[in-house]
Order: sequence, then C-alpha cells, then structure tokens
Amino acid sequence: MSFDFSVIFDNFPKLLLGAWLTVKLVVFSGVGGLILAFPLGIGRSSAKLWVRAFPWTYIFFFRGTPLMVQMFLVYYGLSQFEVIRHNEILWPILRDPYWCALITMSMHTAAYIAEILRGAIQAIPRGEIEAAISVGMSPGLILRRILIPRAVRIGLPAYSNEVILMLKGSALASTITLLELTGMARTIIAKTYMPVEIFLAAGFCYLVISFLMVRAFRFAEHRLNRHIRDAR
Amino acid sequence: MDLHGFGPQLIAGTWMTLRLAFSAVSVGLALGLLGAVAKSSKHLALRLVGEGYTTIVRGVPELLVVLIVYFGSAKFLTGIAALFGSDEYFELDPFAAGTLALGLTFGAYATEVFRGALLTIPKGQTEAAQSLGLGRWHCFWRIVLPQLWRVALPGLGNLFMVLLKDTALISVVGLDELMRKAQIGVGFSKEPFTFYGCAALIYLALTVVTGGGLMALEHRANRGYRRARS
Repeated sequence: MSFDFSVIFDNFPKLLLGAWLTVKLVVFSGVGGLILAFPLGIGRSSAKLWVRAFPWTYIFFFRGTPLMVQMFLVYYGLSQFEVIRHNEILWPILRDPYWCALITMSMHTAAYIAEILRGAIQAIPRGEIEAAISVGMSPGLILRRILIPRAVRIGLPAYSNEVILMLKGSALASTITLLELTGMARTIIAKTYMPVEIFLAAGFCYLVISFLMVRAFRFAEHRLNRHIRDAR
Repeated sequence: MDLHGFGPQLIAGTWMTLRLAFSAVSVGLALGLLGAVAKSSKHLALRLVGEGYTTIVRGVPELLVVLIVYFGSAKFLTGIAALFGSDEYFELDPFAAGTLALGLTFGAYATEVFRGALLTIPKGQTEAAQSLGLGRWHCFWRIVLPQLWRVALPGLGNLFMVLLKDTALISVVGLDELMRKAQIGVGFSKEPFTFYGCAALIYLALTVVTGGGLMALEHRANRGYRRARS
C-alpha cells in the first residue's frame, strides 16, 4: 500500500484545467441561478394564488429530485423528442454537455436561491416598507431602492452557502461526459490506474476552491455592510 | 407511459434506494454524535480530529467522496490482504461502499447539528445530574441524549432529505438502485425522458412521504412541550 506522489505532479496541469472548467460552471450557474431566482422568489411570496402556483411547483420539483436526475433529463432525456432534435436553434445547445450542465445547474440552484430570497424579503421589517410608502415611493421604486438592497444583504450568507453547494454539485457534470475537475480526474485514472492518489488530489483542489470562495464572499459581506459595521 | 415491462425493476430499485438511505443514516447518526462529542471535548487532539473530519468531508463533492471510498477501500483491503501474503484483489461491494460514503457525508453535517443542539441543554442539568451522583456516561445517556433528539430533529430531517437524493450517486459505482435501474431501462428502450422522468417522479414521491414522516416524528418528539405561539 504505497502512495505515489509523482503521478499527482505529472498530471497536475490537467487537473488545473479541469478545475478551471469547474470554476466557470459554478460562477456562471451562480449568476444564472440568481437571475432566474428573482422572478421566482418574488412570485413565490405573492399573495395571489395564481402567481404563487408556478414558482411553488418549480421549487417543489427542483428541490425534491436529485441534481443527477435533472441533468440526465436535460442531456439525455430531451433528445427523445424529435421536435427538439430537428430544432435548429435548440439542438446545437442541448446536444452540448457544457450547456446542458450549465442550464441544469442554473435551474437547480435557482429553486434554492428563490427560497433564500423569499426568506430575505420576509425578514425585512414592515416598518421600513411603510416608511417608504409614507414618503411617497412608488412600488417599483420601493422594490429597487428598499426591498432588493435589503434582501441582498440579508440573503448573502445563505447565498454563499448555496454557491459552495453548487461547487460540490458541479462534480455531477462528469456524469454527462464533461471534463471538469472530477471528470478530468476520472480520465487521468483511466490512463494511470491510480484512483486514490488522483481523487485525493482532486479533493484537495475542491477544498482550495471552496476556501477561496468563502473568503471572497466574506469580503463582499464586509463591504456591503460597511455602513452598519460599527453600529452595535 | 409505456415502461416496456421495466416497472417492477424500478420498484426494486426504489426499494434498494430506501435500504441504502436507512443504512447510511444509521452510520451517519453514529458518526455525527461522535463528531459532536469530539468537537465539544476538552482535549485538543479530539477537537482537531472533529474539526478535520467536518472541514474535509463538507468541502469535497459527495460524488468524489463516493469514488474515494469505493476505490480507496479496495486499495486498503487489497493492501491488508497483501500483508498476509495474498495477491488477490479485494473490494467493498457497492452497497457497503455507498453506506460508508453517504454515512460519512451525513455524519459531517450532523456533527454541526448535534453540536448546536448540545449547546441548548443548560449546564445546570448536567450539574444537577452530577450532584445526584450520576456518572458521566449515565448523565449523557439519560439526561442529555433524550433532549438532544428533540432539538436536533429538524436539522437532521433536512439532512435526511439531502441524503435521500444523494443515493442517486451510488449508481456511479454500480449499485442497482433507482437511478441505475432507470439507466438500464433507457439502454433497452432508448427512451431516456420516459425513464428519467419516471425516476424523478419516484424521488419526488419519496421526498413527500419522508417530509410527512419527519413532521410526524417532530410532532411526537415535542409532545411534552407547549407550542410556541406567535
């Protein structure tokens, strides 16, 4: 039972290449998920049933099924339909594993972010909204100036957790043939047959990436809250 | 929906998924309790072990944990066998490897849940138990643990829902659970949407049922307490 470090050093550039794809997937799906989450989260906290119904079903489905099933449904599943295979715009996107992974991850994380947003919106003290109404702000202006800036600050710590979860979820992209960190590790192992060394090296890369991401979010939180930093 | 006669296979897969989830949760609960006790220990070494365990396992993708456990255990077992002069190849079967991998992940998160719950139990209670002459083990078993359960249950319930969905990952090492049965069906019928859609609906049903079960458990655990009114 020996541990071979040289195989890690020899293949490190390849692992870094995979890590770069992992970072791209996480960053883009984090942004895409956030954009999708805004209408979902706001619709979800609506008082009207017909507005609430779609976001509720969407969130229910994406939180209730494994990300792996969702990825397989998009990448393998959609090709079952001829309408999609013969569509000139959709097919080039949906046959590419990179786009499929990105779309699925964005849609998946959007369901969780929408719930975070809903919680954040509900956590804003009522008095602040009443104050905004009393100084004559329109609903649009209240959303832009009061609700969203406040919700972003309240929801940021939970959002950073979600991004870290997506970093770990991105490993699933390897099951739809994408060569991100885990996929690259599996390819290297197919050549070297050193699974333990290479997987542990990949795990180490994930730890470093998540450490850096946590740091970046802590910095953002610190900056966003600088106006209330000393108010205790 | 035409499943080409694969319906019973999917049911068998669902049964395997449930078995895996329950065996992993028992390993995970034990690891979580151990982790929480280690992390709140007086001894630096124990705290470091607990800290290292939770940091590493929570920072690495679940899929990678599964792969490391599966291939790592094979290397470990084969290495042990080599010490005794055997040159055969040994490995954990996918069910055991899956139980261990998912249990490790569940345990790392459960450590934090249990640690938080431990903090909610007033120190006065352990002091009272000690003054009655209960030993440390007795005090933990009779006083702390029964109350821990009630406080930790909501957090553990969430983790169980996550675990249930993570069982799909074990299909990667070839366990015949729901996801893999669906893959086999796709291989035969070439109808991926039908089979993965069906698997998704089954997972959805499982989460709804466990959600209800957890609510009933919480209700039962709180039966001695007055509801907080808002």
